[in-house]
Amino acid sequence: MPKRTDINRILIIGSGPIIIGQACEFDYSGTQACKALKEEGYEVVLVNSNPATIMTDPEVADRTYVEPITPEVVAQIIAVERPHALLPTLGGQTGLNVSVALAQSGVLDQHGVELIGAKLDAIQKAEDRELFKKAMQEIGLSVPTSGIAHSLEDANALISMIGFPAIIRPAFTLGGTGGGIAYNIEEFEKMVGAGLALSPINEVLVEESVIGWKEFELEVMRDGADNVVIICSIENVDPMGVHTGDSITVAPSQTLTDKEYQYMRDSAIKIIREIGVDTGGSNIQFAVHPANGRQVVIEMNPRVSRSSALASKATGFPIAKIAAKLAVGYTLDEIPNDITRQTPASFEPTIDYVVVKIPRWAFEKFRGTDETLTIQMKSVGEAMSIGGTFKEALQKGLRSLETGWHGLDNHELEELPLSELDQKFTVPNVERIFYIKQALRQRMSVEQIHGYTKIDPFFLYNIKEIVDFEAELEEKLGHWTPNEPITESTRKLVYKAKQFGFSDRQLASISDASESDIRRWRKAAGVEVTFKTVDTCAAEFEAETPYYYSTYSSEDEVRPTSKRKIMILGGGPNRIGQGIEFDYCCVHAAMALKEDGFETIMVNSNPETVSTDYDTSDRLYFEPLTHEDVLNIVDREQPEGVIVQFGGQTPLNLALGLQEAGVPIIGTSPDDIARSEDRKLFKEVLDQSGLAQPPNGIATSIEEAAPIAESLGYPVIVRPSYVLGGRAMQIVYNEELLMGYMRSAVAASPEHPILIDKYLEDAIEVDVDAISDGNITVIGGIMEHIEEAGIHSGDSDCVLPPYTLAEDQIDQLKEYTYALAKTLNLCGLMNVQYAIRNDQIFVLEVNPRASRTIPFVSKAIGVPLAKLAARVMAGRTLRELGFTAEIEPEYFSVKAPVFPFNRFPGADSRLGPEMKSTGEVMGIDMNLSQAFAKAQDACGDKLPLEGTAFISVRNKDKRAILFIAKKLWDMGFKLIATHGTAKVLRRNGMDVTLVHSIGKGRPTIYDYIKNHAVALIINTPTGDSHHSNERLIRKMAIEHDIPLFSTIAGASGAVNGIDALRRGEISVSPLQSYYEEHEM
Amino acid sequence: MKAILALSDGTIFEGEHFGASGETSGEVVFNTSMTGYQEVLTDPSYKSQIVTMTYPLIGNYGCNDIDIESAKPQVEGFVVREYSSRHSNWRSSGSLDDYFKKHGVIGIQDIDTRALTRRLRVHGVMNGVLSTEDLLPESLVAKARAWPGLVGADLAGQVTCSGSYSWSDPGTALGEQPEAIPEPRFRVIAMDFGVKYNILRQLTRHGCEVQVVSAHTSADDILAANPDGIFLSNGPGDPEPVDYAVETIRQLVGKKPMFGICLGHQLLGLAFGGKSFKLKFGHRGANQPVKRLDTGQVEITSQNHGFCVDIESLPKSVEVTHINLNDQTLEGIRHTEYPIFSVQYHPEASPGPHDASYLFEKFTDLMKGA
Repeated sequence: MPKRTDINRILIIGSGPIIIGQACEFDYSGTQACKALKEEGYEVVLVNSNPATIMTDPEVADRTYVEPITPEVVAQIIAVERPHALLPTLGGQTGLNVSVALAQSGVLDQHGVELIGAKLDAIQKAEDRELFKKAMQEIGLSVPTSGIAHSLEDANALISMIGFPAIIRPAFTLGGTGGGIAYNIEEFEKMVGAGLALSPINEVLVEESVIGWKEFELEVMRDGADNVVIICSIENVDPMGVHTGDSITVAPSQTLTDKEYQYMRDSAIKIIREIGVDTGGSNIQFAVHPANGRQVVIEMNPRVSRSSALASKATGFPIAKIAAKLAVGYTLDEIPNDITRQTPASFEPTIDYVVVKIPRWAFEKFRGTDETLTIQMKSVGEAMSIGGTFKEALQKGLRSLETGWHGLDNHELEELPLSELDQKFTVPNVERIFYIKQALRQRMSVEQIHGYTKIDPFFLYNIKEIVDFEAELEEKLGHWTPNEPITESTRKLVYKAKQFGFSDRQLASISDASESDIRRWRKAAGVEVTFKTVDTCAAEFEAETPYYYSTYSSEDEVRPTSKRKIMILGGGPNRIGQGIEFDYCCVHAAMALKEDGFETIMVNSNPETVSTDYDTSDRLYFEPLTHEDVLNIVDREQPEGVIVQFGGQTPLNLALGLQEAGVPIIGTSPDDIARSEDRKLFKEVLDQSGLAQPPNGIATSIEEAAPIAESLGYPVIVRPSYVLGGRAMQIVYNEELLMGYMRSAVAASPEHPILIDKYLEDAIEVDVDAISDGNITVIGGIMEHIEEAGIHSGDSDCVLPPYTLAEDQIDQLKEYTYALAKTLNLCGLMNVQYAIRNDQIFVLEVNPRASRTIPFVSKAIGVPLAKLAARVMAGRTLRELGFTAEIEPEYFSVKAPVFPFNRFPGADSRLGPEMKSTGEVMGIDMNLSQAFAKAQDACGDKLPLEGTAFISVRNKDKRAILFIAKKLWDMGFKLIATHGTAKVLRRNGMDVTLVHSIGKGRPTIYDYIKNHAVALIINTPTGDSHHSNERLIRKMAIEHDIPLFSTIAGASGAVNGIDALRRGEISVSPLQSYYEEHEM
Repeated sequence: MKAILALSDGTIFEGEHFGASGETSGEVVFNTSMTGYQEVLTDPSYKSQIVTMTYPLIGNYGCNDIDIESAKPQVEGFVVREYSSRHSNWRSSGSLDDYFKKHGVIGIQDIDTRALTRRLRVHGVMNGVLSTEDLLPESLVAKARAWPGLVGADLAGQVTCSGSYSWSDPGTALGEQPEAIPEPRFRVIAMDFGVKYNILRQLTRHGCEVQVVSAHTSADDILAANPDGIFLSNGPGDPEPVDYAVETIRQLVGKKPMFGICLGHQLLGLAFGGKSFKLKFGHRGANQPVKRLDTGQVEITSQNHGFCVDIESLPKSVEVTHINLNDQTLEGIRHTEYPIFSVQYHPEASPGPHDASYLFEKFTDLMKGA
């Protein structure tokens, strides 16, 4: 069937900010879809509040609304844009939910908008557990016994039938939020209660536990002619009971016979037909009983998903792109397979390698929360690796994680006796695979480990082979140095080690050699890596797309060209502090340099990203970002330049080593980058430029810390050197807290000194992003934080352009930035953080590299800074590129962070110098208050227009709160406050209901929260981070979705936002229109 | 123990041996299925072939007594990247290694199977020798060159059954509700050119009482039994030398409903007056897209053939019903006058997808209508 001509304008809804369970994979899918539809001549209208996405680049869609993804706002956009169709399946659960809401409320019908890809009833049938279950039974498929409960009574009736352990799954929540496994009635009732509250339709599913069963996923595609193909099968190493996003997974399935696989395939085809997903991709999960093979259907996502992104990268089949084309009427056989070009997309990819995906968690940032892995996803990112065997892929995957492991090595892990190891197995945890290794080393049998973990013996045997071979290496290479002559037996041994995925680092730690010794020896002995192509077809057809992975085998398929080449090192797995923003920069570098005629080479290990799309760069290497792996590619490709400043800390950490190995790093030199990271050198830099930093000192031991802090005066900010995202950074208010920090949080030593800075209370923090070609420096943007200094810049709301700074302060900031750029010989991007206190400007930090705010600034000013920077690094000047003057927009852009606290009950949700947000949104408007309100709305903290506001502030904020409270009062809010605050407000003529402080009578604020009787909370903390009442209020506010502001500046912004909202609806405008205005 | 695979073009692949030891020669081909190695191994169509699997881990789920397509492995040798020495699956009754040892099949592992596959793709399938005994490359290459190859060889004649037998096993299907097997309503004679068990199981499951007869059975003998339909099975190698069967089929045309699969389809094509040719590297895998021309739908099919009937050579009385979307080659035909049809691919799957299983129903429908 040809493409449809009865529709022309198509609306795509993105997935909004990065949150756990919804990361850059939806930028990847959405970008592919936008490009595919534009390529077909459709007009694409896009909504996404996340500025760090490629899809919101102004040239990707025809009109791009960086607006909150809520039914109300999207309805407004529909009213303006009048799209003919809405494609709901590419924006994750967020996009799907909003589409469903718009369909149900009649907005789509009212404006004649057709849902394409999946119709409302299909979405509902897949998403509503009861309908889904019924549908499965109708087509003769087995599902776990289960029932739906809308109340605790319903649930209790069900559990008597189902028995323990039982699974509780709230309906319509993202990534299974609120779900859990209950082993007893007490846990059960607690989980049901929480689940009912979290589910937007107050519904939970109570289900027979299939914990310990084998878990599989199939990625299925269907076209309008009812052709169905399976793109990829995925087997979870961690069996049922651990969310697939938290599981180590393998593609393709490893332990199913063809008979079982085909039964599953038949089921998947029946399911997609029965549910009625018209066109596009779906993900279907199955559980298989390990002893009798019984297959049950677990769930279906009627949309592209994290797994479909993984499947696309694992096979080379671009699911989202094809899904978009199918949605406009094409059939699979009409679409060519991009990789082979000769064959159609109507086939099933077959792969001739093994793919392993390993999640990455961030529990270190959320101390106090339960770290057990359950059916609710908790990981923040993932690495994918490709190898010739499972063993090779597993070890490559482990080193891709960049969590200090170099493979399945002997990681620093509590050494447990055999008798205690079982506890580490029965409760799934982040380090389980390393405990398995420990147990195998201690000769626990595979059968026993399987008994505890239910992990399929196939995987355990493979792990055991690695462990056994490591023992052999230890025995044979334990005292080996590479100075000994090369013997055939050693060569064979090392070759086998490489085939087993051992890194040079692992071999170095096993033997008496350094990593570079091993590398030199390997090269001399001819133990060289080979690169193979990911081609969707196991070499049956010639591949046109250079998408490579490394393995140790006999043939290398890479044919380097003689073109001018630049290599870009990506950011690896997402983590808090390093995510989509850096991938965005890498993608921009690839695009810009491609346009300039370079051959671009991308290296990355993160399957969620746009950078690992095979057509982003000219050549893609899906490889770990380690010294060894990068050097292997450099050896093969011989690029004339390597860009390390775009991928965040990951490539920067490699920069010096690569430079030493002779790799041509372009842009700001690694030495200059190191100067800004090293505290002593940095001080020299500042002195050279005549700039001040907050008073500070360096402690290399516990004993040194107290006198330093004493001399600076409390409070002080403490942090280890060389960290990203403010890891382990904290504000301490007294010596006791300082000692506690020094003893528990970090180990101070001369190699790892602790930096102690005077904390500048009540200072305004400012972020500046700048670009320099070594000659001239241009400011990209100056962002004024709404929260005062001390909260990590990634966790702060900020405004561009500055809204309270005076002209002379802004000029001064610019001058300082120019001076720093000059001193650091900047070539490329730089981010500087300043604090302004009492008119004095301090430099907090300088990062001569792409920062997290580059995409935001680029969107705010309409200039692609990362592209310019890439060109500058490749030798162009800013003058040539026509960017010589700062842009000061007439409109306001507000960036607001999004936090994952709802995933980590028990963790302290207080903000500080350690970054905790997973993502961000942008609110853009001509009016600052509107922009702020939009940003709040976009991150899910919708500002209330009426109701009761609870106010409790520390003494020093009492004066400032008056104006804020008065404004709320004037707008008709009811005020409630604790004793001290109430007194002040009353004195100033406001009616205030007194709320008792905790422990001093009832009702307290808890009662109000529980009764849903409070709409807004303003609670500025007293400073002591262990103040448990404030912690509890924050926790409850998060649980009950009540906006909470903990700073005066934030509260003030919120109140202005409420005012703006009350005075009229938010107006929506496409990003492109802002740029037009400013061009005039 | 070391083993070597030598190709007739002089390429040497050195690896580790598993399974039986010894020496074997055959045409070296690749199969891209990611599951189903046991079905592949026991498929008589692989007679005289050394098979390499493109999926690198083989042996993961062991072997069992059910997933077999004939009484024993048929491949001459088996080439893999990594043999999984420990297997895991509830259906398994033993390891692939033991299975090979029992049946004398030589396996070689630690081979860059992708490099081998690329070589076969670029230069076409070629003859090879796999040995654990003679480890001298030159000697092995010479042997590979000396091996006569399978073009022009009547392999079907070698694998066909020696005497006629009846088949009534519907096989075991997975799933909770056991399938209802209809009472036999059609008597089918299946000409065995190397038939896969799953074809016979499928026929049984579709209500056929199957009598399997040798490829050398005459048309008169077949017609004397007065079957409701005649089935032409799959089988190994080149259809041209199986001229005696082509002649038999020619005599049967128009007499009874007929259904052919794979070699059976090629023989039918020749009987209709068509010509066959050898594909460069064949179609062997479980992901081949085939377009059904009457509905426009695409079936993902299981395939295993090195020869093909030339579309252009077919007479007007034959209608093309299916084509391969990868290379536009012929995948299915039907006779415009008589109830006769055939497909190049494997609707019985095993290994592979079940998308085309409707063809068995089509066959019974034809018999119903006849």
